[in-house]
Amino acid sequence: MSSAMTQSGAVVARMTAIADEVAGPAAADVDEQGRFPSEAIEALRAEGLLAALVPTASGGGGATLAEVSEGLVALGRRCASSAMVVAMHHIQVACLVRHGATPALRDFLGELSEQQYLLASATTEVGTGGDVRSSICALEVADGRFRLEKQAPVISYADAADAVLVTARRSADSPESDQVIVLCRPPGLELEQVGEWNALGFRGTCSTGFVLRATGDAELVLTEPYGDVSTRTMLPVAHLLWSSVWLGIASDAVELARRSVQAEGRRKPGTTPASSVRMAETVVLHQQFIDMVRASLARFEEADTDVERLSSIGFGIGMNALKVSSSTLVVDIVRECMLVCGLASYRLDSPYSLGRHLRDAMGAALMVNNDRIMANNAQMLLVHRGE
Amino acid sequence: MTVDGTVDGTIRQVLADHARLAVPVDSLTEETDLFGAGMTSHASVNVMLALEDAFDFEFSETMLKKSTFESIGAIRVAVAEMTEA
Repeated sequence: MSSAMTQSGAVVARMTAIADEVAGPAAADVDEQGRFPSEAIEALRAEGLLAALVPTASGGGGATLAEVSEGLVALGRRCASSAMVVAMHHIQVACLVRHGATPALRDFLGELSEQQYLLASATTEVGTGGDVRSSICALEVADGRFRLEKQAPVISYADAADAVLVTARRSADSPESDQVIVLCRPPGLELEQVGEWNALGFRGTCSTGFVLRATGDAELVLTEPYGDVSTRTMLPVAHLLWSSVWLGIASDAVELARRSVQAEGRRKPGTTPASSVRMAETVVLHQQFIDMVRASLARFEEADTDVERLSSIGFGIGMNALKVSSSTLVVDIVRECMLVCGLASYRLDSPYSLGRHLRDAMGAALMVNNDRIMANNAQMLLVHRGE
Repeated sequence: MTVDGTVDGTIRQVLADHARLAVPVDSLTEETDLFGAGMTSHASVNVMLALEDAFDFEFSETMLKKSTFESIGAIRVAVAEMTEA
């Protein structure tokens, strides 16, 4: 791992270059084929960027979450599917960095950095209706080894992943909310695909279902309950990094809209283009989005490893609100940009095409459904006293 | 307050009514991890509300965290602190 990685700005610069030079050119094909964005992932791998969030002491890049966020905005501008895959990977890495305390898990982090492993996640389960804080499947642990079988409706890019972090009930006797999370990897990992991923957007995330069967060292089970891992890391980091990807989508749309208005302005200097006021209104939304992501990252960074702060109801409400805001803003901004660009954005084959942006943006509110998130916030608001 | 009028009785009644545990409330000790016994975050909010209603106080902001509600013993300490105030 090059020490250049830890220089401020290096991660962002390298991710931006890969976005522009690799992910962008392949994006249309990734979308059309609904295929895994292998070029972008390989490019990140070649530069050691899959270990960006791993501390340098474990062989990683030692980058901050803010740097990875900015890199994801750049990737999101060019290929939202690539950006989503990379975001989902970093969310799992963050969980291992912050909660992977056993020797086996610490070793794995070192291996991940060296080998540039791609991590996937299996938190949803057939039968739990999208509630990730509840599991049906349970770990069987005997003689220092675990065994697990899970019907997962979605494991994004599982076939391309080197390992999967999977949630399950702690034991066969445990209630459904008593969950752990375990690292599953070959040779003790078998994935039987169920169905295809043929969706409106994020087509390159390959979010198919699988029957997952795994065995492994019991030390690969994270010691902290999944509820704590989720509250303190997985949920906030997921919402922060997804919001970064979606900000990228919005930012590219805004850039196209700006070019469109400026092109019109050049054609008829002295006249105010019809779309210029709408452009100004769109930038109001874009500014909200930019500042919101930045402030939310700062809030998470301030909380650091302060368990009290991370677990407080107010913090949880805020991180949920972030996701609802960003998933709403991305659609609003793309829609406004389509009005600015006009029919050219509606075409699939113009320099101002926004079709893929819109299709990808629509997925944001659905990956964990905003209605579910709002119901959770509504419940917490019954006892929240305010900041 | 419950029929027996004790703080402990009230706490256990609230848990029986709202915590949605996988085990009978009678089987819980002072230290039993309620979250481990099946109380979800959602249910813990209902427990908080029911305790506030039963004891006629409002938990302060600093009390509204997971550790306050993780066992009967922890809840009793919190209730004592709120009713002394």
